[in-house]
Amino acid sequence: MPTVEVQNLSKEYSGRQVLKNVSFTVKNGEVFVLVGPNGAGKTTLLRILDLLEEPTSGRVFFNAKPIDYSARDKAVLRRKIGMVFQQTVLFNMSVFDNVALPLKIRREDESNIGKRVKETLELVRLNGFERKNALALSGGEAQRVAIAQALVTEPELLLLDEPTANLDPRNVSIVEEVLSHINREKETTIIMTTHNIFQAENLAHRVAVLNEGKIEAVGTFQEVFGKPAEPIKSFAKLENVFHGFSRITAEGTSVVDIGEGLQIEATFKKTGNVVLHVPPEEIILSIHPLFSSARNTFEGRIMQISDMGHVAKLKVKVGANKSFTVQITKRSFNEMQLNIGSKVYITFKASSVQTN
Amino acid sequence: MIESAFWDEIWNITLLSLRVSGTAVLIGALIGVPIGTILGFRQFKGKRTLTRFVDIMLKSVINTFMGLPPVVVGLVVYLLFTASGPFGWLGLLYTPTAMIITQLIMVVPIIIGVTMSAVGSVEKAIRERALSLGATETQAAWLVLREARMGVLTSIIVAFGAAISEVGGIMITGGNIRWWTRTLTTAIVVETELGNFAMALTLGAILLSMAFIINLALTIVQLKGARR
Repeated sequence: MPTVEVQNLSKEYSGRQVLKNVSFTVKNGEVFVLVGPNGAGKTTLLRILDLLEEPTSGRVFFNAKPIDYSARDKAVLRRKIGMVFQQTVLFNMSVFDNVALPLKIRREDESNIGKRVKETLELVRLNGFERKNALALSGGEAQRVAIAQALVTEPELLLLDEPTANLDPRNVSIVEEVLSHINREKETTIIMTTHNIFQAENLAHRVAVLNEGKIEAVGTFQEVFGKPAEPIKSFAKLENVFHGFSRITAEGTSVVDIGEGLQIEATFKKTGNVVLHVPPEEIILSIHPLFSSARNTFEGRIMQISDMGHVAKLKVKVGANKSFTVQITKRSFNEMQLNIGSKVYITFKASSVQTN
Repeated sequence: MIESAFWDEIWNITLLSLRVSGTAVLIGALIGVPIGTILGFRQFKGKRTLTRFVDIMLKSVINTFMGLPPVVVGLVVYLLFTASGPFGWLGLLYTPTAMIITQLIMVVPIIIGVTMSAVGSVEKAIRERALSLGATETQAAWLVLREARMGVLTSIIVAFGAAISEVGGIMITGGNIRWWTRTLTTAIVVETELGNFAMALTLGAILLSMAFIINLALTIVQLKGARR
């Protein structure tokens, strides 16, 4: 029995189509990861699954029953679902009370609450933080409290919107461990979004690529992105995915030859064939070459401009067959007076380069 | 003897100030907090043009009334309660009650306005988070209020600060009658005019210390309620 089935889901905001005919099925106990750039519609999709938003058309089945978005009392169904937002929202109370809150909302036994909260805080490695005010925590700790809030009720389905965006590597690995642990131990079905495709490789049973509101590919990570040694099957499925040969430099970084004489410097240490991903929002676009600490600069020409509402997405061609997608705000776009054919420079840090 | 009478009068004046402003703010909070809460909840729901228009108008009116000149309020209350006015028969002019009414009219918009923005600023995020944690709409509304509690407290402290230092309104409606309707601010006016600088400066020092205590409380509340 599938836990979640999405059928021809569309969502429109004042004339703008955010989701276009999205369909997929997530099986019971599966970790399903939606990857895609900012503005692809990932957040909207999760918000619809959590009943915070109504779809414009299409249906969602939860345990084979269609979700009634017009129901007055949505709490019954929401209580089976745990949700973690990208922007952490905690309550101005202690860490303990924050994690106890979902149980109190469900009017659970006081004795049971203490036990569950303690177990969950241990799981996210925040034991000892019980009495601290939640608003005084660091970003990573706060996000782990938010995850504990979602897990404390042992939900059937866990939704996470970019749970590790803006977290330092230590917190990222704790969060990833927690997610694989509860999926393994409690068989919780997980649907999460990320713009780091290599997180998808670590966690996902299956991956879906969401781009401009459309599902462009669904399958295992290998099926969608291919193995590093093979040519990437869906090269165009995600922006700024390159594949090349990496060697370690004297400084301890890596230089990856992606062909056409183009080399990308990255902070990881790897030798051999690798897949690279540079998130579009990590790239700085400029009219003149930048004198900066960022290790990667390429000269190119704008080939394509797409309007994404408050941001503009530009395709910058840097070689005969190589181009980067860059995401900038509409305001910068207008101020820089860019056009198709404009000569520009793109710059990004070695630490912005992700790999498998 | 003179010493004792001096301090007696100061004590009387200080107590009256606290009683008038305290009562006005207490009643003001009972009226203003519920209204501010309801308006705060409404802010984000205005998707339709008409609701949005009503919302903007309402907010502008409240903001205007937040900066109401106390002298104008005093004048209006005077006209209402003067012997020939509509409420003249109550005989309230030149009583502490008239002063409380004057300050009440002043503080209600302040309490509504500050409460409204406190509730409005957390409404969307807290409500959605509460719903996603399984809360019903009613439970979510309570959690929003709970998160806005420091803002509500701020509105009350700000209102008290405005009331205790106000002079123009209560001067007109209270009449600055010695041992009866003379407050810290009105007394300072009259003692300065009479050249009793010792009295005026003592009262000024008391008023200043109150202002300091109010601001201290405000700072503590704001630090406790700060959201990142």
